[in-house]
Amino acid sequence: MTVREVARDAYREALPALGASLVGGLFAGVVLSGMRAELRAVPGLLVLVPALLATRGNVYGSLGARISTALHQGLIEPRIRGGDERLRAAVAAALANGLLVSSFAAIAAFAILTVFGGSVAPLPVLVATALLSGLLSGIALAGVVVTAVFAGYRRGRDPDTLVGPLVTTTGDLFGMLFLLVAVRLVLFVVGVI
Amino acid sequence: MATDWTVQAITRAMLPVLLVLTMVEIGSGLVLGSFEAQLLQYPTLLALVPVTIGTAGNLGSILAARLSTAFHLGTLSFDPRDENLAGNAVATLALAVSIFPVVGGGAWGLTAIVSGVQLAPGTVVAISLISGIALAILAITVTVAVTYVAYQFQLDPDDVVIPVVTNTCDVLGIVVLFATVQLVL
Repeated sequence: MTVREVARDAYREALPALGASLVGGLFAGVVLSGMRAELRAVPGLLVLVPALLATRGNVYGSLGARISTALHQGLIEPRIRGGDERLRAAVAAALANGLLVSSFAAIAAFAILTVFGGSVAPLPVLVATALLSGLLSGIALAGVVVTAVFAGYRRGRDPDTLVGPLVTTTGDLFGMLFLLVAVRLVLFVVGVI
Repeated sequence: MATDWTVQAITRAMLPVLLVLTMVEIGSGLVLGSFEAQLLQYPTLLALVPVTIGTAGNLGSILAARLSTAFHLGTLSFDPRDENLAGNAVATLALAVSIFPVVGGGAWGLTAIVSGVQLAPGTVVAISLISGIALAILAITVTVAVTYVAYQFQLDPDDVVIPVVTNTCDVLGIVVLFATVQLVL
């Protein structure tokens, strides 16, 4: 193949996936730009945003890849009901890892900002926001990933090619939406206390 | 890849990598925090953040996946005249040039509806396109370098290159966006 042919193939193959994640990323950006009041109220929250979004992508992308490999190998059945033990363990591990990593990110951001004298919200506010958004977006993403991978597999589509664009699109969007919900809830509770 | 399907085994396999990647992402968060005042002043720039990071990471991971496959098939050589290497690099640049104006236009249009207009659409499209071209060049350089290192150390590029490239491009996305904003505004 010539350089031109390789380039044309690569371009055509990549454009749909890039376009799909573009839509998710743009809506996530609109949510982020709409939460300026919360970003001002919780200094340090903006520092957490890339870590929280990347964690959603890494954890639930890996969950999707794990489930689609298991489907290929016949390890699990493409059914949600019936409560397959392996499936439950994989989802529980994804949620647990998501929560652990989210709170680790909050603690690390707080520690670094404190050491370098930046203004930063109290640690419990950051950790509660990270945990709550991790839990809510985790439940939503696990549901979407499992449902979509199973549905795709039953219709004879290769789940491997579904997982990447699906997680990059919904991960950013759900990650941002539930971060907004979480920070509003935490600020409300702080206000009441 | 024979991880047992228990919470402990999956966590043991995943958690160390996740913690390292999180520290890298906190680094890009700190860059973001350093121009927080500007971002809060111009909501359109804030709206560019997730989509720029995401698109940069995707450009890198798509290129990495294609180079890894070519590498496994034995059709890749690290010579600038190599068709696979040059063709994929050209495609990455072409993708950036076609996607990033849409990123800028979309971010401007959507925030104009939600938060009102502070910046001219041309300015936002220019910031997005300049960042996109710079990011495509960086993504190509990083991906080829990491694939080459993986090849030298006889590591499977599928295991190493994609996570390293995706998260490096995330960080570069913020750094380049920051630099471009300082340049244009």
